[in-house]
Amino acid sequence: MEKIKVAILGSGNIGTDLMYKLLKSEGSMELALMAGIDPESEGLKRANQLQIPITAEGIHGILEHDDIKIVFDATSAKAHFAHAKLLKEAGIVAIDLTPAAVGPYVVPAINLKDHLELDNVNMISCSGQATTPLVYAVNRVAPVKYSEIIATISSVSVGPGTRQNLDEFTLTTANACQEIGGAKSARAIPVINSAEPPIMMNNTVYAVLEENADEKAVIESIEQIVQEVQKYVPGYRLKRAPYIDIRHTPWGDLPTVIILNEVEGAGDFFPTYAGNLDIMTAAAVQVGEQFAAHILKKKGVIV
Amino acid sequence: MSKLLVTDTTLRDGSHAVSHSFSPEFVGEVVSKLAAANVPIIEVSHGSGLSGSTIQQGFSTHDEWKLIESAVANKKDSKIASLFVPGIGTRPEIITAANIGIDVLRVAVHCTEADVSQQYFEQAKKSGLETVGFLMMSHTQPASVLAEQAKLMESYGADCVYVVDSAGALVPEGVRERVAKLKDSLSINVGFHAHNNLGLAIGNTVAALEAGADQIDGTLRGLGAGAGNAPTEVLVAVLNKMKIETGINLTILMDTAEEIIAPVFQYPLVIDRDNLAAGYAGVYNSFLLHVREAAVKFNINPVAIIEELGRRHAVAGQEDWILDVAIELAQKQLVR
Repeated sequence: MEKIKVAILGSGNIGTDLMYKLLKSEGSMELALMAGIDPESEGLKRANQLQIPITAEGIHGILEHDDIKIVFDATSAKAHFAHAKLLKEAGIVAIDLTPAAVGPYVVPAINLKDHLELDNVNMISCSGQATTPLVYAVNRVAPVKYSEIIATISSVSVGPGTRQNLDEFTLTTANACQEIGGAKSARAIPVINSAEPPIMMNNTVYAVLEENADEKAVIESIEQIVQEVQKYVPGYRLKRAPYIDIRHTPWGDLPTVIILNEVEGAGDFFPTYAGNLDIMTAAAVQVGEQFAAHILKKKGVIV
Repeated sequence: MSKLLVTDTTLRDGSHAVSHSFSPEFVGEVVSKLAAANVPIIEVSHGSGLSGSTIQQGFSTHDEWKLIESAVANKKDSKIASLFVPGIGTRPEIITAANIGIDVLRVAVHCTEADVSQQYFEQAKKSGLETVGFLMMSHTQPASVLAEQAKLMESYGADCVYVVDSAGALVPEGVRERVAKLKDSLSINVGFHAHNNLGLAIGNTVAALEAGADQIDGTLRGLGAGAGNAPTEVLVAVLNKMKIETGINLTILMDTAEEIIAPVFQYPLVIDRDNLAAGYAGVYNSFLLHVREAAVKFNINPVAIIEELGRRHAVAGQEDWILDVAIELAQKQLVR
């Protein structure tokens, strides 16, 4: 069967985990190249051992190939701004795992199908991938006045990029809860916990409703979206049943849906507790798969 | 040694104990008294720092910027500080607070995570603020780890780093070790912030001074999260007896604690079972009211919740785990 050739740009931890996931995936993509800028990087060495073509020339190494249709950018926001322009000129789809957000936010379970004609989409943040589906699920049956998400992640799974730019992570996630989750206003608060052994990624979503809602419908909607996300992130689950409470808020006493979620990673390259990293790469593979299938479909290939 | 610097944080740590209900008028009144008493630094913000008004931390009843405006308007020769917790606050809030006229930003992180604080120290410096690093839950780490973390903060531009006993879990020896190690490792001021869960808020603060602390915290009548803090008026009385000069007027503090602060207490601030359990298990003090609420709602013993939070190593800002633990314990009870 014909497959779409894809490349990973960035041979760090995220790029490496993505490589293992792409090798496992049996869909419409073929991992044709792993690109980094450090020939000694662990990711390039591992790719080489697995007989995946590699380049240490970064984006330029990718552009030398004329058959790559999709690039996963796992570098940095700053680098992606430059990459985005070059990839666009070359007619290559960019799936952006950095906070650059040149293209719109995508969450496979929410809005991916709307963006398959674009050439650049952004994966938001790990907590954005985990929490926006839950806000969206509530909002589609009971309008959300305000959402607040608490994303708790283990200290060892938070890399230097996030640590130096915590505001980016915080504000991007809150924006996504509004833009694609549908909440009228939103806050996102990251908490880094250094307990040993490391804790699994867990998220709490508080969704303050505009008015009383059909509790059963809200819970069913949440359970349904969890199943959607599980299709591409098997370790994504509710920790316990969603709980509806009346909370004192600046807008009066209002029903508030409280959702406790946890994300266990697949253990491809990252340890299983690092569900925060796993959900980014797993969701990116799903995005890549949909783009690849869409490209094949346009070419008349039945997938 | 330069003069000991006392920070009164009644209007920040005390915010937890009154469910974040301070009004601008109240803040103005207390700040004017503290300023009249020559307290050098007065901290004002939501208990969980700038922008802490959330479901997770508890919504404030009044606009935080109005509280800070009121503090700045009444500060006279004192300095106004605000707490800032990365993730709860973002840089725009630092800029707003600096524009209103605060003088000091205290950047608080869990004591192993100093490297998330760089962009905030840099912003505070750019905004012309003095800066303090707050290493929360310091009982969880040995002195050597705290010193490494403190050095990071020093490298980002901190003017002082505090050993913060958020859970009131340290005993004097542990305070001495930690403060002494920071004094050895840093060229900037070292501070200590106490909670009273083990009845040691004053004793531990004295231990910190003996180990060389340059800055200490108190709250009037001890009004603070959980078991409360070292009462500022008691601290000043003790310091006077120890012949440590602070320049603070004890009489004004005593009157303010008695006449203005005592009437706003919502519950007796004593080392009751819940507070002792939190100090003993090393659980963050601002969880207290949230734990009590969950305990009532699910009909379980608050101590069981506190102990489980301790086992899970909950850190500052993890109030959402209280509900998780409470539901889990309630389910276990049903099964039994």
